[in-house]
Amino acid sequence: MRRPAVASVTSSVRGLACRECSRRYPVSATHVCEFCFGPLEVDYDYAAIGRRITRESLAGGPPSIWRYRDLLPLDGEPLVGHHVGFTPLVRARNLADEWGVRELFLKNDSVCHPTWSFKDRVVAVAVGKALELGFDTVGCASTGNLANSVAAHAAEARLTSFAFIPTDLEAGKVLGTLVYGPGLVAVEGTYDDVNRLCSEIADRYRWAFANINLRPFYAEGSKTVGYEIAEQLGWRAPAHVVVPCAGGALITRIWKAFQELAALGLIAPVGTRMHAAQAEGCGPIVTMIKTGADTLVPVKPRTIAKSLAIGNPADAYSASAAVKASGGSAEHATDEETLEAMALLARSEGIFTETAGGVTVAVTRKLVEQGTIPRDEPIVVCITGSGLKTVEALESRLPEPVRIRPNLAAFDRALAHLKTHTQASPTVREAASEETS
Amino acid sequence: MSVMVRIPTPLRSVTKGASQVVAKGKDVEELIDDLDRQFPGLRERLVDESGELRRFVNLYVNQEDVRFLAGRATALKDGDEVSVVPAIAGGR
Repeated sequence: MRRPAVASVTSSVRGLACRECSRRYPVSATHVCEFCFGPLEVDYDYAAIGRRITRESLAGGPPSIWRYRDLLPLDGEPLVGHHVGFTPLVRARNLADEWGVRELFLKNDSVCHPTWSFKDRVVAVAVGKALELGFDTVGCASTGNLANSVAAHAAEARLTSFAFIPTDLEAGKVLGTLVYGPGLVAVEGTYDDVNRLCSEIADRYRWAFANINLRPFYAEGSKTVGYEIAEQLGWRAPAHVVVPCAGGALITRIWKAFQELAALGLIAPVGTRMHAAQAEGCGPIVTMIKTGADTLVPVKPRTIAKSLAIGNPADAYSASAAVKASGGSAEHATDEETLEAMALLARSEGIFTETAGGVTVAVTRKLVEQGTIPRDEPIVVCITGSGLKTVEALESRLPEPVRIRPNLAAFDRALAHLKTHTQASPTVREAASEETS
Repeated sequence: MSVMVRIPTPLRSVTKGASQVVAKGKDVEELIDDLDRQFPGLRERLVDESGELRRFVNLYVNQEDVRFLAGRATALKDGDEVSVVPAIAGGR
């Protein structure tokens, strides 16, 4: 342990409280109620927050998650990840035309600083909290994105870090962790095996695990996706948000963010319907919602969407509750639909997302086609990570580049070939035919 | 059958601080009975009124979640390792 970072700002956090039995605990690195094993959550003094923030004060904050720092569980000023968040909310006109919907937006966390996924939001909060609590080592159980982000933020914080991942991860996610110099441990098993092992490790070593003993703080970082969506839409919550689910925390916290903003009077009462997206080969939360089950049935994941491959998601109950309370829905995407959707998003909007984003886009299309999401209502789709992290998924589906000698004749021949073999836009094809005629 | 049971921090107040204990039983159900005999009050922390495992309690036999085995009827043999783990949220 090191000397805790000194808190310099009044905190709006009153402590931790059990979501199940409401028993209260002081702030510390703990995530489970000793009595019922229920998850602990941060308990805020909303009256005090309400006196401090307005739309104008928030809008005047930095272009990062820290404009919402009054609603995040740090005691002092942010210590790491100063540039995390405030990612673009992209108006997706081409994809909207393709699907025949009126207002479609992409919350594009594939460009989140610094590790290109929404995990930077939760990790900036968790590592900041680890510093405030005086830890010298941070860790995580991860399917890749979280490992990238924990290793990067630990480097910035000059903390030692350990990341635990399943052995079958994509090369980009492994290299994208190793480069920051953490201890990286590949565990033979699924993510759920990694998670269980890390829980046991966290019990034995005095380390701050972002998604285990720091989970109450870590999960709060996800709320910033919801705050940003509402602010970027001009202080309104959209009619629909489609969210990929792995552990189930993100969809829960976006819903919570809208409720908080409404309770603080910053947006109108929320009519948003939350929609959960999972892969067909690992969809325990979607199955739970679609069957109306009270109990989670864990699964053994089998999907190319490895970042969503959590077969035993602990936030399944709250995710399911958020979807139900909002009048939302849930749907699966097959691997094939996921790959098609990745290509569709890239070719229609110029945004390259990882497999999880493919799942979310595929599910959105399905919900629109089914009529579950009406075509005339505003839709926000959460794109949570970069496609460069999962290039393996698409490799065999894309053509090779056309290789030529460095002369014009060679290019003329190549262009004729490209004209017939690419899916470029009509304008490009016309231009190409003019040049060769 | 004598098996080693790993106890997570939130339950160590019941096991007098022990992080590992030895207990007996031919299956998980009997094991929980024996644990409760040794450490009164442990049963109600693990299972609800109907005897089902609480929803935030995960139980593993030799690293496998008992929900993929036979649940409470999962058989035990000498030398097995049982781990009690609070359900934890995912990290992608």
